[in-house]
Amino acid sequence: MIHARGLTRRFKVRGGAVDAVRGLDLDVAAGQLVAFLGPNGAGKSTSLRMLTSLLPPTSGTATVAGRDIVKDPAGVRARIGYIGQKNGAGENFRVRDELITQGRCYGLTRAQARTRADEVLTQLDLEPLATRKPGTLSGGQRRRLDIALGLVHRPALLFLDEPSTGLDPQSRANIWEHILRLRAEHGTTLFLTTHYLEEADAMAERVIIIDHGRIIADGTATQLKSDLAGDHLTLTLSTEADLAPAATIAERLNGTVTTPDPATTPDPPTRSHSATSPVLRIRVTRADTALPEYLRALDTAGIKVAAAETTRPTLDDVFLALTGRSLRETGTQVPEPTP
Amino acid sequence: MSFVRDTVTVFEREMAPTWRNPFGLLFTMVQPLLFLYLFGPVLSGSTDLGGAPWEWFVPGILIMMCLSGPMMAGYTLLVELIGGSMERMLVTPLSRTAMLVGRTLKEFVVLLAQGGLLIGLAIPLGLDLHLPGVLTGLALLIVFGVGLGALSFVLAIVSAPGGELFYAVTQLTVFPLLLLSGVLLPVDAGPAWLQTAAALNPVTYIVEAERALFTGAFTTPAVLYGTLAATAVAALGLTLGTRAMRRGI
Repeated sequence: MIHARGLTRRFKVRGGAVDAVRGLDLDVAAGQLVAFLGPNGAGKSTSLRMLTSLLPPTSGTATVAGRDIVKDPAGVRARIGYIGQKNGAGENFRVRDELITQGRCYGLTRAQARTRADEVLTQLDLEPLATRKPGTLSGGQRRRLDIALGLVHRPALLFLDEPSTGLDPQSRANIWEHILRLRAEHGTTLFLTTHYLEEADAMAERVIIIDHGRIIADGTATQLKSDLAGDHLTLTLSTEADLAPAATIAERLNGTVTTPDPATTPDPPTRSHSATSPVLRIRVTRADTALPEYLRALDTAGIKVAAAETTRPTLDDVFLALTGRSLRETGTQVPEPTP
Repeated sequence: MSFVRDTVTVFEREMAPTWRNPFGLLFTMVQPLLFLYLFGPVLSGSTDLGGAPWEWFVPGILIMMCLSGPMMAGYTLLVELIGGSMERMLVTPLSRTAMLVGRTLKEFVVLLAQGGLLIGLAIPLGLDLHLPGVLTGLALLIVFGVGLGALSFVLAIVSAPGGELFYAVTQLTVFPLLLLSGVLLPVDAGPAWLQTAAALNPVTYIVEAERALFTGAFTTPAVLYGTLAATAVAALGLTLGTRAMRRGI
């Protein structure tokens, strides 16, 4: 569905140039749900704007839905849907009128556009709002309208730029319900950007992490987490003297001790423990199986463990492992939506 | 063919709010209407205006309306550029040029309706209707209005996403252009520098032409100059406008 090679975009700014996207290589197969993850300013939106023909690339090529974004932007536009970061409906226009206009923009006849407008109104539970103006809708309703506008022409590929940003948890869950249903019912290829880690983790089957205009990781969330961050065991020992022998045992069991550097332990509970009692943090492949094994080994060696816990990694740990920075510093943390 | 259809799509979209609330047209006419009713009678008592005060005054009011309406047309575009609706339409296969032409057509229709209404309201006040002249005058007004509307769209595109430039330029140009065109009072009474400034103002020529046409005088040089000025504004506006639209936003 999407094939990009060496896509770059440079913006001229006062006193020089900024490379927003530097050499993007990307292949997305039909039917995939891809989350494009990265901090603000990483190049997510710029990439999306290039792939949707809104912005010509400085260099590089890409075919989207079988059409070249530079040579045949109109062909790309006819085959994709795009739901931007901002609200797509004009303030002066009624909800249904905008949906009809949208259908007309894609070449539907008046009658077809009317039928289709009513269909998407039903699909996104917007019927009661058909004659209202966007300004009178709630944030969640407006976002549903944006999605409805993007669906009028039944695109096989849909780009969504931060579809759930700024919404309350309930509306976010509702938006996701619609997005996932779309995929289940029509097999739509979905390419979305988000800076909500939990969303990318829970919803996308493929996560692409972008930073400073480059792709730094690409895979399933599970894969990325186990490859790049890994599970952790956190053990609280009773005496400081046991730390060294416990660490040796951990290494012997294929664990990597990560404790001595408190800067790389973002887990707040670990830090609070370490103030009073010795804490050992060990990276392992699978925390659930490693813990009993390790506890037995420590017991045999006569080392007393006061507390033990396992931590599954998050995509933030992945980002941290890759860049040394936390995504949370830039993105706003919000409660996890229910899929 | 698809260009025509796209233009119709944009035109219909823009017209829908007007169809749904035609009184909105009156609302944007408040200022010219106030001038017509509250300022016109004062002028009509004056004897300096060649004995035909309403034929002198009404064209000026039409130009005033023409400057405020189409110039502000860019404002609606700016709002859409700052919001996401313009971007949404730019990702559709809709023709870029049709986006401009469709919007301009809407300004054309609105101006025609408002101009017709204003002239109709001026007749009971004492406007002597020279129909061929008035119709030609309206046509000239529309050519000018289309050009101004297109220029206003260009300004909006250049000003996005901030918009400050748009407000600055419209605030700084509309009123001086209006005052220096002798819309309200003849500039002949002003000092030489003001008369020079007026002579450099294209609006002056259009006002002069409108006044000549409203008295039925087709063959005066004023009509020719006014037509040239209006055509120049329209050509400039449409050229810059289509270029801005094609280059992308």
